[in-house]
Amino acid sequence: MSANPYAALPPAREGLTEPWIVRLALTGVALIFLVTFLFIPLAFLFVEAFRGGWSAYRAAILDEAALDSIKLTLIVAAICVPANAAFGFAAAWAVTKFDFRGKRLLTALIDLPFAVSPVVAGLIFVQLFGRQGWFGPWLLEHDIKVIFALPGIVLATIFVSFPFVARELIAVMEASGREEEEAAKLLGANGWQIFRRVTLPNVKWAALGGVILCTARAMGEFGAVSVVSGRIRGETATMPIHVEILYNEYAFQASFAVASLLAIVAVVTLVLQTIVERRSRVPVEAEIR
Amino acid sequence: MTFTVIYLTAIVIVPLLTLPVKSYSRGWDFFVETITDPRVVASYWLTLGTSFVAACVNGALGAVVAWVLVRYRFPGRRVVDAMIDLPFALPTAVAGITLTSLYSPTGWLGSYLAGLGIQAVFSPLGITIALIFIGLPFVVRTLQPVIADLDRELEEAAVSLGANRLQVIFRVILPYLYPAWLVGFGMAFARAIGEYGSVVFIAGNMPMKTEIASLLVITKLTQYDYAGAAAVAFVLLLLSFGLLLVLNALQGWSVRRLGY
Repeated sequence: MSANPYAALPPAREGLTEPWIVRLALTGVALIFLVTFLFIPLAFLFVEAFRGGWSAYRAAILDEAALDSIKLTLIVAAICVPANAAFGFAAAWAVTKFDFRGKRLLTALIDLPFAVSPVVAGLIFVQLFGRQGWFGPWLLEHDIKVIFALPGIVLATIFVSFPFVARELIAVMEASGREEEEAAKLLGANGWQIFRRVTLPNVKWAALGGVILCTARAMGEFGAVSVVSGRIRGETATMPIHVEILYNEYAFQASFAVASLLAIVAVVTLVLQTIVERRSRVPVEAEIR
Repeated sequence: MTFTVIYLTAIVIVPLLTLPVKSYSRGWDFFVETITDPRVVASYWLTLGTSFVAACVNGALGAVVAWVLVRYRFPGRRVVDAMIDLPFALPTAVAGITLTSLYSPTGWLGSYLAGLGIQAVFSPLGITIALIFIGLPFVVRTLQPVIADLDRELEEAAVSLGANRLQVIFRVILPYLYPAWLVGFGMAFARAIGEYGSVVFIAGNMPMKTEIASLLVITKLTQYDYAGAAAVAFVLLLLSFGLLLVLNALQGWSVRRLGY
């Protein structure tokens, strides 16, 4: 402690931090909690996945139904993420750059899916497009399948994953204000030019952060998808559904093997998020200096 | 602008409107009968109870975690900080099967608990464990920026006026953190009420005992009881909206009182 540069300060600083024993105890409590609830489960997952060795792991993932589920999950994400990114930009642009009636309502509606149970999210689409639903008879007549098919899965996934991009963008665009856009407008730029040259460079990292979260959520959604998909193996089973099917068949090792792929996606998401966060903070810090 | 409104209407408003309509489709009496059925009522109490306990655990330990991560330095702090969001990024079904096997009597942690005579899986305790996992990031992530923004001069002023550390914590720091903490607590609570994926595996799903409300919605749906499923879901939705409204009011109150 003698190397502490603050040691020469008057004794008043004693009230500014906790005694070292308390600091140690608090750090210990925090770490034990996090290790128990985050690190041990994650480690356990991978140990279970490799329980039967590398060949069993490979077999579980290269199984035909597993490959089908991986393909379906990627297709769903490939549709939902661009749709929600487009919506995120439109919504954030509308909310932060214009004033209009009902703006607070619009913002509240954007956050709504966070408050809705995934099961409820799935249910409402069954009520719209299911056989007993509002549009059910019409869809039946025209031989279009929404529920227990890809369109239903996509709709439910869009619902649960759409706030992510919008939220990230609204936060950044609100903070950056409107002056730069107004200046560009005065200088004669049109709407698209303002967006491409002024707004987009300011928000690209935030947008990327939102897209990363949205992708993770779109690939991992379980509750809503299990309601609308009908859980048909090899047909409407996304990866999380396939994990459930295997687990309920007591094929634990195979289930954990497929789950480990999703866990890898999650860990990559966290790493990318940390990188993006650091990047997006740089210009702000430069401004302060 | 128009695109935003159309998208919201198609994806959110119209689908959600089906809920009150469908739950009323077999009349008011059917609705009341469904949601006052002892099995449904038991599931609501179980959902609310376990969610509340989980939110309390997260409220207490999440505050400690946020404080430690912002104020103290230790090796590996950055990795730990990044890992906080794991419950957001990990699919709930993956969390569900992992926690179930982990806490089963043969699992790493379940075998210790079994030695103590505690059965974690297929009990309300297991549900609570899953909900703690799911809600873990909320309190930490809402408190972190507020603690980082905490004005050191306030603490210095208090100390120079003769306060000791305990007085500074209880009179200066905690009142300042309280509104944000409440918001984080409420978000963890609201999230837990609607949770499904992480809970179904560990709960055991015994009617009246370990059957949560969102599972009951699916059960009714698979029995083709559409109106019943909608009724249970509608009340579930109202519960989380009620919480959200309280949250909003709290946030407004904290903006007025403290300016953030």
